[in-house]
Amino acid sequence: MSSAKSMMRKRKLKEFAGSLRRNKMAMTGTIILTIFILVAIFGPIVVPFSTLDFGDAEDMMQPPSSEHLLGTDDMGRDVLANLMSGARISLLCGFLATIISMVIGTIIGIASGYFGKAIDNVLMRFTDFFLVIPWLPLMMVLAAILGTSIWNIIFVIGITSWAGTARVVRAQTLSVKERQFVERTVSIGAGNIHIMIRHVLPNVFPLIFANTVLIAAVAITSETTLSFLGLGDTTRASWGMMLHYAFESGAASSGAWWYYLPPGLCVVLVVLSFALMGYAFDEIMNPKLKER
Amino acid sequence: MRKAYIIKKTIYALITILIVLVFNYILFRVLPGDPLSMLMRNPKATPEMIEHVEAMYGLDESWWVQFVTYFEDMFHGDLGTSFVYKEPVTAVIGPKILPTVILFGLAEILAIFVGILLGIIAAWKRGTKADVGTLGFALVTYSMPTFWLSMIMLSLFCVTLQIFPVGGMESPGMAFADMGTRFVDILHHLILPVITMSILLIGEYALTMRNALMDVLEEDYITTAKAKGFSSRYVLRRHAVPNAMLPMVTIIAINLGLVVGGAVQVETVFSWPGLGNLMYEALNSRDYPVLQGLFLLITVCVIVANYIADITYSYIDPRVKE
Repeated sequence: MSSAKSMMRKRKLKEFAGSLRRNKMAMTGTIILTIFILVAIFGPIVVPFSTLDFGDAEDMMQPPSSEHLLGTDDMGRDVLANLMSGARISLLCGFLATIISMVIGTIIGIASGYFGKAIDNVLMRFTDFFLVIPWLPLMMVLAAILGTSIWNIIFVIGITSWAGTARVVRAQTLSVKERQFVERTVSIGAGNIHIMIRHVLPNVFPLIFANTVLIAAVAITSETTLSFLGLGDTTRASWGMMLHYAFESGAASSGAWWYYLPPGLCVVLVVLSFALMGYAFDEIMNPKLKER
Repeated sequence: MRKAYIIKKTIYALITILIVLVFNYILFRVLPGDPLSMLMRNPKATPEMIEHVEAMYGLDESWWVQFVTYFEDMFHGDLGTSFVYKEPVTAVIGPKILPTVILFGLAEILAIFVGILLGIIAAWKRGTKADVGTLGFALVTYSMPTFWLSMIMLSLFCVTLQIFPVGGMESPGMAFADMGTRFVDILHHLILPVITMSILLIGEYALTMRNALMDVLEEDYITTAKAKGFSSRYVLRRHAVPNAMLPMVTIIAINLGLVVGGAVQVETVFSWPGLGNLMYEALNSRDYPVLQGLFLLITVCVIVANYIADITYSYIDPRVKE
């Protein structure tokens, strides 16, 4: 029985992978993201470390040349090298924040849907609170109070962005709970925790996965924005921090496009790739949307 | 039925505001960063000074008394004193409200108008270049950090092309002959930030409108109207579009939170003297009382806007009374 079940799951997974491959949007998103992940992993190894050192006065704010393909910043550092080492920080920050957000959203969503009644009511009021208060100002205030470090930023993004996931997971849990196999497991004496982990979680997992992609997009944008506003980690140059320094040094008003355009473009491409994947997942999982 | 719905929504909104008040209290007093612990870090602080500051902020009282005092002060409109301006927070925030309302009011109106128009075209010409273009525009603007677009716009239109002034609300050091020239000057400063902010909103409005209109176009009453012999255009204008506008009410209210986040960035880049710029300054000088006041103002505004949207929706779409 369990092997039949696992075979079914495998087939479903294959079908999912197949429709992903056929979907142009998903493919584009996956390719872009893969390139950035590779750059994040191998970039800092390939790039000579010395290009990240402060340069001499004559090296500052230089437009692109054969020596510095994307020019230099106001400290005389190579923009391209900074960009590649920034990829690691921005992506890591996005992924970790997403994981925190997913874990909180899943636990609250499943608990709320599974237990119902008073627990559901309290948890959902709490979720509504996080849904309705403007998340960016909330993040700013939290980050300002906690102090500027990359871990605080990750923490702040994680604990403010789970509400949507909790709602979706709760709705799905409500429907899974009513299915017969759950009733049967209850009748043979399974505990709540066992049912939630072994039966509810696997059934809500695809939804969580689709949501992850969208949260990751929000997380990357949030890290960039918080860093830009001066709340980022000054010891770790993410793309957001690069943009912060670019703004502070007046790159936009002095026409130093090579300084402020590339980091922003990287953010746009990464967020876009997540958005494309999210859109495609939505299409695959709700075939009704396909007609559009 | 509607009465019960309104009562329920009112209670929910009040509970949320209450949570915000408590949250705001905990956030700024229990977490590190209160005036006392900041003073403690100063090696020159004497025990007398610390006692004095404790008494000034009521920190020597029990937490329960502090909590009650916090609520009392709040209802008397006392939000504390700014660390930086040494003025009451309400006096610091007050004059910044109007510039923000003007800027984002105009941006919202522009975005709603263009967004709805684009959404209608995309839904009507489904699958054509216009549709794909709208979708692409929405995806790209969604992926774009607000401040980055602002920097590009500033660099392109104010520095390279020099069509608009570089930031601010009025030209500095100008003596205006009459209200008319001053108005024109403000308008000149206003155009670029308004366009920037609306670009970021148009995509979402267009997508919402497009999807809502597609849903409506599949409804039976549309088929009925067409069967009656009305032209497609007439059905679209008189039957489909008005009904597809309903979800827009909700999305505009929900988006207010997003607009506030965008305000901080747009106002910072364009040096627009509004609430967003004040928030940026307060963040960087760690002016906690101002930050707390702004956060309270913003969250309460957003909660009230959502509440109004819910109530409005129950009137214009009677199906939502549960």
